[in-house]
Amino acid sequence: MNKFKLLLVLIALAILPEAASAADDVAALRAELQALKSEYSTRVDALETRIQQLEAVPAAAQIAAAEPPPPAPPPAGASGGGASAFNPAISLILGGSYTNTSRDPGDWNIAGFPPNGGEVGPGERSFNLGESELTFSANIDPYFSGQLTAAITGEDEIEVEEAFVRTTALPDGFTAKLGRFFSGFGYLNEVHSHAWDFVDQPLVYQALFGGQFRQNGVQVKWLAPTNLFLEFGAETGNGDGYPATRRAGNGMNGATLFAHVGGDVGDYTSWRVGGSYLTQKAEDREGGIVDESGLPLFDAFTGDARTWVVDGVLKWAPNPRRQLKVQGEYMYRRESGAIADGSGLTLAHDYRNTESGWYLQSVYQFAARWRVGARYDSLDAGTPRYTLSPDGLLDASPDRLSVMLDWNPSEFSRLRAQYDWDNARDDGERDRILRLQYIYGIGAHGAHKY
Amino acid sequence: MKNTLKNSLRILAMLLVVGATVPANAALKVLATTPDWGALTQELGGERVNVYVATTALQDVHRVEAKPSLVARARSADLVVATGAELEIGWLPVLIQESGNSRIQPGGVGYFEASSALHLLEVPNKLDRAMGDIHPLGNPHVQLDPHNIAAVAQALSARLTQLEPAQAAFYAARAKDFDARWAEAIKRWETQAAPLKGAQVVIMHRDQAYLCHWLGLTEVASIEPKPGVPPTAAYLGQLVGKLTNAPPKLILLNAYNDPKAASWLSERVHAPAVVLPFSVGGSAGAKDLFGLFDDTLNKLLAANK
Repeated sequence: MNKFKLLLVLIALAILPEAASAADDVAALRAELQALKSEYSTRVDALETRIQQLEAVPAAAQIAAAEPPPPAPPPAGASGGGASAFNPAISLILGGSYTNTSRDPGDWNIAGFPPNGGEVGPGERSFNLGESELTFSANIDPYFSGQLTAAITGEDEIEVEEAFVRTTALPDGFTAKLGRFFSGFGYLNEVHSHAWDFVDQPLVYQALFGGQFRQNGVQVKWLAPTNLFLEFGAETGNGDGYPATRRAGNGMNGATLFAHVGGDVGDYTSWRVGGSYLTQKAEDREGGIVDESGLPLFDAFTGDARTWVVDGVLKWAPNPRRQLKVQGEYMYRRESGAIADGSGLTLAHDYRNTESGWYLQSVYQFAARWRVGARYDSLDAGTPRYTLSPDGLLDASPDRLSVMLDWNPSEFSRLRAQYDWDNARDDGERDRILRLQYIYGIGAHGAHKY
Repeated sequence: MKNTLKNSLRILAMLLVVGATVPANAALKVLATTPDWGALTQELGGERVNVYVATTALQDVHRVEAKPSLVARARSADLVVATGAELEIGWLPVLIQESGNSRIQPGGVGYFEASSALHLLEVPNKLDRAMGDIHPLGNPHVQLDPHNIAAVAQALSARLTQLEPAQAAFYAARAKDFDARWAEAIKRWETQAAPLKGAQVVIMHRDQAYLCHWLGLTEVASIEPKPGVPPTAAYLGQLVGKLTNAPPKLILLNAYNDPKAASWLSERVHAPAVVLPFSVGGSAGAKDLFGLFDDTLNKLLAANK
């Protein structure tokens, strides 16, 4: 009996919207007619008032108004016809630097962390050409938009930095991305290098993700329908980025989950904090941690990497010419699995290590075109443990202090000086690094994320 | 236990039915990019709209951040009211993209650009960023000509009606009422402003162009050598040289501008620097759109003596 009632309720639930929508249709049609009617009457009213206004305007003003309008230029790709009418927005970033280091950048390393093949370290000495970043973007159709960012490196290579499509028509606050893209975890991971507040990424990004983590995959984000900013995201992909590796199988490699919450405090202050979790798998990942004498303990790692990230940013902008931005991130990683030597011989099955690090930085725009900033990086390499692990392995804690000053003649140009006291190397000796950098943007006006 | 389950299901079913009918009576959520469009939407929508304004009159609308709070508002907005003509290009596209809200995508009913109802001044013949921050589609700072407000009001009211066809009569009545009060006010302002006609003024940025155009003020110089480019000492020196012989009547700047250059110039060429509200909320008197123009004219007339 109860089941029967339940069924009735369910049927009623299923039918009600249908019946309601039929009645709604009629009502909607009526309303539309009404709307049309009133729209026309308001238009006619508007025209009448305009005529009255024009008649009322004194003759002198009419002459002023009647001066020929400047000839309309060919609209900038907006409504002009022809084959180029649908060309995507194109923007190009030109960048480069001059680097002066007190030590040979060739032997730069982060004590206690395995080399990860990423874009890490201070780069080469003297003049360097940075990445020239070329971005194309446009709506594809009513459902998708697409973007390609290609980096032409100073070493004459073209690299697909990001290439993805994104949905624009999913309901209820969902968006999905498909392709290659910077992962949405943390705060800085998604930010393109030309928008960084310092020349390079914080050490913790360099050590734990080789700079920035991206892979070929898929991302789904959901924004809650609340006045408080509340965003949840999930990603998976092929794992082609440190600490993961591509694997032999057809499956996906791991998952990234993140959540961000943010809002305002008063008129001038905004904030956002987030938490992220990444679980990834590595298969024969090259690069091992070295011991005190510089000899690698192992050459390859196969296993799991789990990373937790907490991020936060606060911006205070009391007027259009002043802004204070404080941001920081803490990352913690646990790796466990098997290690092998160069010939593929397994050395241990019970390898485990924890790595962590954080940075805190602050940038202050003290005049319309000037900003000054400071950043402190700190890492904890942890001590690897496994059967037969040697005693007395160093538990390195590299750190670095950076200060920067930049001058922004316009929205499209930036000149920057940065000085680092860099204690990253495993020999513990300090490197003093001065970098002068330029960043210019031409083409479409980019819009930056928070 | 079974009864509790049955009851909860019943309540749930009722909630679902009620929940489905609520939106028909709920207010339209509107995200306005500037206080002026916020105020106009409020005038036209009354209690049927719930307006959130993304910026204040003390911000430079060219340079606004796509803050989390704004993304959250864009997420649930039924309508975005923007100036358009690329004024908000540095941040609004990001808001719309991040919002995950298909209703407010450009081209749809939920995305309204005030500039679509207007003929913009100063459409450049040549596009080159060497000329400063020029707007390819024309000068987008349209709000300081009340005739523009009237034209945008018509288009915006039509859009509100399109979003809520069932409320057509309501919106038509409000539009008519606003239009009548506004036409009346324009008449008053134009009579009041007659002494200002032809007055020579120095402006800060091209965002005062529509005000000058409306009131027939003659721009003799601009404190910014090029749009968006702050003046150098040398340029200001030249300006003093140029203006000493023919001093302007007024130097105009907006509430959000840095007053330094204008007051420096004001002392040297002996012309008062007038800080105008520029947007609703830009001064104590500019509480709404009527107040914006009342206060702007009061300040101009007081300084023009």
